[in-house]
Amino acid sequence: MSEFGLHGLGAADLLALFGHFLLLSLLAVGGAITTAPDMHRYVVGQQHWISDDMFTASVALAQAAPGPNVLFVAVIGFNVGGLAGAAATLLGIMLPSTTLALWATRWGHSRRETLGVRAFTTGLAPLTLGLLLATGWILSDPVRGQLGAVALIATTVAVMLKTKLSPLWLVALGAVAGALGWI
Amino acid sequence: MRRPATLAELFRVFNRLALQGFGGVLAVAQRELVERERWLGRDEFVEILSVAQVLPGPNIVNLSLMIGDRFFGLRGAFTALAGMMIAPLVIVLVLAALYAKAAQHPVASGALRGMGAVSAGLIIATALKLATSLKRNALGLPLGLSIGACTFVMVALMRWPLVWVLAGLGSLGIAAAWWRLKK
Repeated sequence: MSEFGLHGLGAADLLALFGHFLLLSLLAVGGAITTAPDMHRYVVGQQHWISDDMFTASVALAQAAPGPNVLFVAVIGFNVGGLAGAAATLLGIMLPSTTLALWATRWGHSRRETLGVRAFTTGLAPLTLGLLLATGWILSDPVRGQLGAVALIATTVAVMLKTKLSPLWLVALGAVAGALGWI
Repeated sequence: MRRPATLAELFRVFNRLALQGFGGVLAVAQRELVERERWLGRDEFVEILSVAQVLPGPNIVNLSLMIGDRFFGLRGAFTALAGMMIAPLVIVLVLAALYAKAAQHPVASGALRGMGAVSAGLIIATALKLATSLKRNALGLPLGLSIGACTFVMVALMRWPLVWVLAGLGSLGIAAAWWRLKK
């Protein structure tokens, strides 16, 4: 564990952590990862609960594990304050946005044939695709300079477009290529 | 189109796709829900994803809530969410607890980098695959592709804050869609 993580956070600290992530939840337009810089500012810069390295490692670890990317929030919470910390950050980031999402989806679904709602989803569809492409680009930032990594990315894209192979095999290929030092 | 017969099936499918989702679940979600289970068409998937991305909070969490809600109401929303989160959360917390030892090892950090490159490729492939839905978008293919490309440039290359891109380009897209749909 981190040098200064897991130092028995008190109830007041846990509440502050929970409160901060509640706020971030509503600012997380475009996914939880977009608020990572502010999480860093709070838990590393302001509160000194974990180190800079620990923060980066938390994000990388959640990326490598299966499941939604938002789990990086739970890893940060875990490194700050154990299981109670993980509960504080994960519930904080999820409660406001899930409530809003459920309300908005029902509101929108019952009016899905109205011009306003159709214009909303139709008009935003191309942005959604642009954002996906941008996410792929940003995820490739650390490795784009290397020929091996670029070949691996291109292979992944080609296999996904042309075959029905499960992505799991590609992830395994990536892990092996990386472990052998090719990336 | 098919639909899940029971809550248990909904849970199983979301659990299965979450556990395959290394470096993010979106690519797998598209493959499992659209291509394998055929619960949603490509257009429907993009439509739901658009709303999920615009709402604050983790996209994939919003997406599972919305899809679960569509089939079984509130119970479905929470079942899909639970299927998506529970097993990966346990795994990532166990990994976090083990992390300190493995991270120093070059094989482990190399594998992590390789998996990161593949996850970038998976997201890019998903974006390209879903881009075919723009052909049926009321904006028309040229305008749709232009807006998508602008989004990519603003977010991935210029690194502008997402809020501004959504407020500016998003409003433009919605206005254009409104105008085209009205005709």
